[in-house]
Amino acid sequence: MTKTILTPNNETLLTRIRKSRAAYFMLAPYFILFTLFTILPVLMAMGVSLTYFDALSLPRFIGWSNYLKLFLEDDLFMKALQNTLVLALVTGPLSYLLCLLFAWIINEFKGWTRALLTLVFYAPSICGQAYLIWNIILTGDRYGFLNGLLMNLGVIQEAILWMQTEKYVLPMLIVVQMWLSLGTGFLAFIAGLQTIDKALYEAAAIDGVKNRWQELWFVTLPAMRPQLMFGAVMQITQSFAIADVSLQLAGNPSVNYAGSTVVTHLLDYGGIRFEMGYASAIATILFLIMIGSNKLVQRLLRGVGE
Amino acid sequence: MMERTAAKRVARVYYPDNPKLNRMMKRGVKNNRKVNRSAAGNGLLFALMGICGIFMVLPLVMIVNNALKPLDEIFQFPPKIFVRNPTLENFADLFILINNSWVPFTRYILNTLIITGGGVLGHVILASLAAYPLAKLTFPGKKPLFRLVVLSLMFSWTVTQIPNYLIISWLRINNTHLALILPACSYGMGLYLMKQFMEQMPNSLMESARLDGATEMRIFWSIIMPNVKPAWLTLAIFQFQSLWGNTGNMFLRDEQIKPLQFAMQQIAAGGAARAGASAAVAFIIAAIPITFFLLAQSKILETMTTSGMKE
Repeated sequence: MTKTILTPNNETLLTRIRKSRAAYFMLAPYFILFTLFTILPVLMAMGVSLTYFDALSLPRFIGWSNYLKLFLEDDLFMKALQNTLVLALVTGPLSYLLCLLFAWIINEFKGWTRALLTLVFYAPSICGQAYLIWNIILTGDRYGFLNGLLMNLGVIQEAILWMQTEKYVLPMLIVVQMWLSLGTGFLAFIAGLQTIDKALYEAAAIDGVKNRWQELWFVTLPAMRPQLMFGAVMQITQSFAIADVSLQLAGNPSVNYAGSTVVTHLLDYGGIRFEMGYASAIATILFLIMIGSNKLVQRLLRGVGE
Repeated sequence: MMERTAAKRVARVYYPDNPKLNRMMKRGVKNNRKVNRSAAGNGLLFALMGICGIFMVLPLVMIVNNALKPLDEIFQFPPKIFVRNPTLENFADLFILINNSWVPFTRYILNTLIITGGGVLGHVILASLAAYPLAKLTFPGKKPLFRLVVLSLMFSWTVTQIPNYLIISWLRINNTHLALILPACSYGMGLYLMKQFMEQMPNSLMESARLDGATEMRIFWSIIMPNVKPAWLTLAIFQFQSLWGNTGNMFLRDEQIKPLQFAMQQIAAGGAARAGASAAVAFIIAAIPITFFLLAQSKILETMTTSGMKE
């Protein structure tokens, strides 16, 4: 489709490379930086994870010890891993479905209502530190909005220390993360729905599609499969990287480590204790989890509507 | 236009064996509505949307109202969401704090302009430049390169932050604005979106220029770039959003080179004594990216239509 320069097959690789000088010239600036700040760091993390390294003296090779220690001795890592999996398995799929659902409903609207609704759902994800407002909502005394509301309604009698009570930390983090999670994937869904040919729906109605649910399943979802795959990548990556929300709302360390995640654990070792080898082992595991779950979901989504 | 005539053509067909379908089609065309919609379904979905919409918008409404509340209302019990006597006192307080800060506040603003400006400009130019050959030229190594970029979307920068810190120290750009600008120039998302958007441009545009003997660089600059305005606007906004939220805590040590976001975070961390000013800060932090998005919404959505992953 994009073949604009004709390259006969009998040319050697070297001639083809020489002929594409212009292309490499244009790629170079970006990919030099990309290599330096994305590829190299991943390889470095993997390498450093096999060493003891305090960022001052030279790294010392210690084999798999960091990984053994992580999985066999570090109970806090297990707690963090468990929290991360809970957060990711709840917020990942849920936010993905909500992105899709809201985009689908918004697609029924036109003009300024459509623009306004898009803004309302998308805005939290771009406001940076604005989620700190949840600190005020979840304040543990009776001045907190949630406590005030629930006490007014008579649901609770005494103020609840939301972020200091172990059993509430994770659910509340999930709520806040959900609020933050309608991001780029959501926009991709809205845009994708916009482009589906209306004639497809009319043809489907003639073929016996009776209601909007069938329409969604048989027409809409298959037609927007590329967007579904893109959105999945966005939501998965984001749901495994939860850290700032936990650090800012639940504190560091959170009560009984109820809000600690793999990333906060990593920051603890890398940023505070300067055990770079150990932190790199954590980073490598997180990297593998993210790539693995992305690949898995991509494979699943390839089957939508086929 | 095309869609409407297609709908009309369908509607004119009479389905004697299926009167419901016939009615549905006619109604759909008359009101320019979609087929297959029921009032009950609409009611259910719009109600669900309304409830969730309130959940989404309420914290934002609180940010706006808190910024306008006089101090006694901020500390009121029971807490009220809406402001009774709106005032700009908080912004005035913030202004006083700003004027008394050790580093002149204009310095923070300048730092933010340098960081976001450099990061946005560098990213848009470098990512577009690299996206053009990936979208429109053939050369050995094209597929693996793009696959690497897609792979980079599948993990977040948190994974690489420790080696990143080491690399930036080795490059001796630690404690300079470049420590934030250079990595930002190479984000994967921008290149990905730009490449997808360029791909759908007709090749005929470039063919004639090529026959006239234009170089690829010239084609890129004078034919491709003017035609992908929505995409570079989108890249610019996304990039701004990610840089705007960055306090630079990891790389910037000197007070004089820190961005506005850092200064505002310091004010917000001032606790109860600065509750008013920090409410004003929260408003400013949220309002600026929202405004940018609002202005560019249609262009961003236009860009996102091509964001899908084909493989």
